Amino acid sequence: MTDDAPSATAKHTSPDQDLTMQSVTIGRPADELFAYFRDFSNLSSFMDNVERIDVIDEHRSHWVVKAPAGKTVEWDATVTAEEPGRSISWQSEDGADVPNSGRVTFTDAGARGTVVSATIAYDPPAGIVGKVIAKLFQREPAIQARRDLRRFKQLMETGEIATSSRTQTQLQEERA
Amino acid sequence: MRALAWHGKHDVRVDTVDDPEILNPRDCIIKVTSTAICGSDLHLYDDYIPTMKAGDILGHEFMGEVVEVGAGSTLKKGQRVVVPFTISCGSCYHCGKHQYSACDNGNPADNQDIGQELYGQPMSGLFGYSHLTGGYAGGQAEYVRVPFSDVGPIVIPDGIEDEKVLFLSDILPTGWQAAENADIEPGDTVAVWGCGPVGLFAIQSAFLMGAERVIAIDHFPRRLELAKTFGAETINFEETKTYEALMQMTGGIGPDAVIDAVGLEAHGFFVDNVIDQIKASTFLGTDRIHSIRQAIVACRKGGRVSMPAVYGGIVDKFPLGAFMEKGLTLKTGQTHVQHYLPGLLAAIIEGKIDTTFLISHRLDLEEAPQGYKMFHDDQNEVTKVVLKPGFGARSGDVV
Ligand SMILES: NC(=O)c1ccc[n+]([C@@H]2O[C@H](COP(=O)([O-])OP(=O)(O)OC[C@H]3O[C@@H](n4cnc5c(N)ncnc54)[C@H](O)[C@@H]3O)[C@@H](O)[C@H]2O)c1
Ligand SMILES: [Zn+2]
Ligand SMILES: [Zn+2]
Repeated sequence: MTDDAPSATAKHTSPDQDLTMQSVTIGRPADELFAYFRDFSNLSSFMDNVERIDVIDEHRSHWVVKAPAGKTVEWDATVTAEEPGRSISWQSEDGADVPNSGRVTFTDAGARGTVVSATIAYDPPAGIVGKVIAKLFQREPAIQARRDLRRFKQLMETGEIATSSRTQTQLQEERA
Repeated sequence: MRALAWHGKHDVRVDTVDDPEILNPRDCIIKVTSTAICGSDLHLYDDYIPTMKAGDILGHEFMGEVVEVGAGSTLKKGQRVVVPFTISCGSCYHCGKHQYSACDNGNPADNQDIGQELYGQPMSGLFGYSHLTGGYAGGQAEYVRVPFSDVGPIVIPDGIEDEKVLFLSDILPTGWQAAENADIEPGDTVAVWGCGPVGLFAIQSAFLMGAERVIAIDHFPRRLELAKTFGAETINFEETKTYEALMQMTGGIGPDAVIDAVGLEAHGFFVDNVIDQIKASTFLGTDRIHSIRQAIVACRKGGRVSMPAVYGGIVDKFPLGAFMEKGLTLKTGQTHVQHYLPGLLAAIIEGKIDTTFLISHRLDLEEAPQGYKMFHDDQNEVTKVVLKPGFGARSGDVV
């Protein structure tokens, strides 16, 4: 690479890993955003395809993720690195159906708040299983990550997640 | 409740649908007392705007009474409010700069994808205006859920009737912002294309901002007549060559500032416009841009171009050369409604701005489909249609 752009924006990426990086600027201090994110049980509030995450201990968590036809897939993840207020990385433990890892950084952006960047890598299994897995995320991981970050921003900046539903019933359908 | 829903091109119906509910803490629910049909709604009616779904409730110009509030709303039950058409959070970077229509958070996360792909970054949510801007149910209904009700709606003091303040929701601030974007200097001549509500309010605003002359361009005699009542000189483009007339009327200089208040459905049989129409009807391009083209060519060297008119897509034959060579400046955008509300409400109360002249027809909400047809088919006579839920029953009592 001969430029300063993040590697996830390269035109040619390694084909064996689905890597996505998304950034959003949130008008809140890095410490506050980090604290909310670090409690993994909060993530389901803005991550659309995460049904819930149970915190096992300081480093380990159990993820329950929505799958097609009302099913779920589950795996355990471990925090592999952490710099309070600045970054956190995690990785699924051996045996996960969809080996995956994530890293989120929180960079102070002065008056504009904090730049939150998420790099998510999936190791999609080959063949038919791979297609099922692709469906599991309903959409491209990049789009999923971008939408999740927008919801994180909405929640942190406004205290709620915007919806155009008109009734509770519609809202439940939308969030299902 | 009853609500006006879009079902396809030239097909809008009053349907019975579930009442809205409070879904987020900052929401409120209002019971609509007056709501208007906008020129922008005609773009939906004519099926020019993508991402509409059958059953979408239309309407972005409305006011009413607060009947329910969420825990985070600052409004109280019983208050009368006018609601801005832009749905803005009040706490993001853009809202902080009063660029409310660029709000980062008013549009639901999933809907933001469309704007991100089409325009590079998504804009705010809007009421009743396709899924591109959020898919929010609009105000041509008995009840509306209003998100971020602590930021948007403005409370109207008792004793000021609906019709005086209803247009704060969109077209009055839009006309005002159009004039502001023209950076008017005392002594300026400003030319305004389109004497619909937006153009007429832009004319009024331009004079209030110190324009010496305003030249109004349209082809509907009744609308040009209204422009005249505010002191504008008029050009009927069906009888007159617009560019030639503007040059003669400005001593060969061209207008100092030009305002395009027409938009993507420009009328008229001009060669470039007819080509645009053929393209639009064959889906090669959706925007017919005759008016902005003409405005740029007529504008004086170093002048200002203000474009409140709505465009949605990609256009060709945009006079980029004239724009560059003459060193013009262009300002545009959806209106930052919230920014203008306190000042404009005060101006209405002080009697400096009157908006009621515009209303040509008052109908019951049940007659909304007829209202759309009239507004669409007879723009000469029909300058603005205001819908009132229960109006038929009430006026029945009187008679
Ligand atoms: N920026 C915003 O936030 C915002 C808000 C509201 C409306 N709008 C847009 O402003 C525009 C005007 O709205 P409106 O409610 O006044 O619409 P309108 O349809 O009532 O008025 C448009 C007028 O333009 C005239 N016209 C058509 N072709 C013309 C031409 N070639 N030259 C001169 N005049 C021509 C028509 O005869 C008509 O009187 C629309 O595009 C609308 O979508 C923008
Ligand atoms: Zn409008
Ligand atoms: Zn905002």
